[in-house]
Amino acid sequence: MAKEFDIPVLPTYLEIPELKEGIMDGEGPFKSVQEFQNPLGFPGEKVDNWQQVAIDKMGELKSKYRSVQVFLDSCVKCGACTDKCHYFLGSSDPKNMPVARQDLFRSVYRRHFTFAGKYFPKLVGAKELDDDMLDDWYNYFHQCSQCRRCSVFCPYGIDTAEISMAAREVLDAVGIGQKYCNQILGKALTIGNNLGLPEPALRDTLLDLEEEIEEETGGVAVKYPLDQKGAEILLITPSADFFAEPHIDGLIGYGKVFHQDGVSWTLSSYASEGANFGMFIGSYDVMRKAALRIRKAALDLEVSRVMVGECGHAWRVAYSFWNTLSGAGAGATDEFAQKLQDQLDHRYPQPQHIIEYTHDLIQRGKLSFDKSANDDRIVTFHDSCNVARATNMGGIPSGQFILPRDVIKAVCNNYVDMERSTIKEATFCCGGGGGLLTDDLMEIRVKGAMPRMQALKAVERDNGVNTLAAICAICKSQFSKVLPKFDFDPYMIVSVHQLVSEAIIMDKPQTAVQKDEPQTDTDDVTSTETAET
Amino acid sequence: MSVISIFFTALFYISLIVFLVGMARKIHQFWITPAPLKIPTAPTPLTQTGVVMRMMREVVLFESLFKANKWIWLFGWLFHFGLLLVLIRHIRYFWPGDLPDIFLLTQPFKYAAFAMVIGLVGLMLRRIFVERIRYISAPSDHLMLIMLLIIGVSGAVMTFTSNHTDIIMVKEFASGLVSFNWANLPTEVHFLVHIFLVFVLMAVFPISKLLHVPGIFFSPTLNQVDDARSKRHISPWALKQEQEHATRLEQTLGKDE
Ligand code: SF4
Ligand code: SF4
Repeated sequence: MAKEFDIPVLPTYLEIPELKEGIMDGEGPFKSVQEFQNPLGFPGEKVDNWQQVAIDKMGELKSKYRSVQVFLDSCVKCGACTDKCHYFLGSSDPKNMPVARQDLFRSVYRRHFTFAGKYFPKLVGAKELDDDMLDDWYNYFHQCSQCRRCSVFCPYGIDTAEISMAAREVLDAVGIGQKYCNQILGKALTIGNNLGLPEPALRDTLLDLEEEIEEETGGVAVKYPLDQKGAEILLITPSADFFAEPHIDGLIGYGKVFHQDGVSWTLSSYASEGANFGMFIGSYDVMRKAALRIRKAALDLEVSRVMVGECGHAWRVAYSFWNTLSGAGAGATDEFAQKLQDQLDHRYPQPQHIIEYTHDLIQRGKLSFDKSANDDRIVTFHDSCNVARATNMGGIPSGQFILPRDVIKAVCNNYVDMERSTIKEATFCCGGGGGLLTDDLMEIRVKGAMPRMQALKAVERDNGVNTLAAICAICKSQFSKVLPKFDFDPYMIVSVHQLVSEAIIMDKPQTAVQKDEPQTDTDDVTSTETAET
Repeated sequence: MSVISIFFTALFYISLIVFLVGMARKIHQFWITPAPLKIPTAPTPLTQTGVVMRMMREVVLFESLFKANKWIWLFGWLFHFGLLLVLIRHIRYFWPGDLPDIFLLTQPFKYAAFAMVIGLVGLMLRRIFVERIRYISAPSDHLMLIMLLIIGVSGAVMTFTSNHTDIIMVKEFASGLVSFNWANLPTEVHFLVHIFLVFVLMAVFPISKLLHVPGIFFSPTLNQVDDARSKRHISPWALKQEQEHATRLEQTLGKDE
């Protein structure tokens, strides 16, 4: 199992470590097997002519992705990004410096695709893709959470995440997949969520939750509708929200907000997952398949708004890619996308984030809070990478930083930000994103969490912060695991909507009017989308 | 014309052609390579004007580099800005005939050579003495700096020491290259080294990291507008794939119901 390793001691000031070459060398995460590889269209094991396959795939990717081509050519090795990666800061392994990570890929690109690399390989640092290099790829490209912090500081905007996605795509193409991601994708694409929760289990879970809330609120019947045709809002949320702590408290919060607004909403058992791991493995096709499931659910359920729960990369995929992948938004030409575009309510941007929704209700004075309910908390907010660096909220510049903080401040009296250079677009990753949230990668997860923990320690010491709020399922899971390793209370991590949930004043049961009576029997989700899908 | 003049004349045209053809091909390659997904990096502009402003700040002020590391920024900016002024001042040599008065204004730009050299020395020292930057450097990275440094120093030597070269001859040679009235060039070693390296640099431009010059304008993280929700962004290959139904859910996903 996981090997023993030292847990970094939190420094008072974050310093750039001295290089310790090879300290994070290793096998990388568990490899995927045939059973998970084939359904995604990847070979089950390392193919015989893997070198050729890999080089061909690289050629294909650089001609399909401008990011890959431009980033491979433009780096000047200025070194500005070298101290920006939390995995480097936490592990001291030089191959975790963003530019050095890219160079694992770039050196092979140079050898095979550039004049200088073909004829003067030594001079420009061009290298063959041999077994050692392949091992380094597998190991170090799975020590990148694709958080994009490096891209903020690079003078050319070079985004190591793009290179890491490309490298993982090449690895999948030669049959060396990562077990965690590919197994999850298998479940998401067949059952509808990463956990493999089938519809009856999901329904049971939601019913239990309803009972629990009714008890806790003294009789307020907050509903968690599933597959309710004709609801206004379809909520797409990470499946961790259905069962994991502290995620579920966020789900309770969403439900209460919907209830107070009196809006009709639903979850879908067919597309019960917000997370889209297709992004982590760099596969456009896989990512598209997952996005199409959501489109189908939206069409089948005839909803007019699609909303995304608290999940970082789910929001990135939804915000930045859904319109491209499935036409959820505007301008797509295929039949189903057009149908969806007609069906959606154009007063709201597609898709919306649950924070945008709650924020809007707060602005319009539609929710009341008893802020003192959170008075035992001094809260700080962790900007999740994918939200912070790749998306927007509210359609205003830097809205993704403003809206969540506004919501927190509306429901809490005590809020403090962590140090400026560690938040907003410069936020430090939790250490578990990008498909690294697996126990076999615990060492890099803990080391990579160090910079975030250091900033948290500072506000704990100086301001008495005892609550860390986040809007990403991966951050929440990761923090629950790593906080105790750094002597924090593991329960200090909460969903933003948990804070909302604790402060929100619910109407008394008799006044709560349920606009759309949830149907008791299962709505038949008939397929409206057969031709293309 | 002397043999050495013929050699340098030929070298100039060869380098120029390599430069132009190479750059055109590379820019064409950047241009035709689609950006299938919207990937701008925060803080993202929500409008096209915002993108133009962001690009200008990056190109003129090196904004991201400033946020990243003040030393690299300082040396990098000194070098680039110095180089720009020096290059502007060099137009006088290539200008056939009398100079328009406006060039009087560029006279003080010669001092920019110091900024350029200081910047280069700073970058070099970092590359040698800062462990992380030494780790990521290939021989070509050092070589590039050395070449630029020699170019800068040899130029400064001609301008600021008594090792002047025959400026009239330089002008005749350089403007002759542009107007095809070929002439001899001065043969002092420091001058020959200076222009030899300049020509070499021109030729390696399209096959080296100097590609960051066109690259920055094509960088999707910097040049995209953050408007994914309101405008569809799709690349030709993805659209084709979509139209050809390449992604068939029922085949790859098992049962739908
Ligand atoms: S900051 Fe950008 S250009 Fe500089 S070394 Fe890193 S990736 Fe290369
Ligand atoms: S983990 Fe983040 S900062 Fe580090 S290389 Fe990957 S994208 Fe860059």
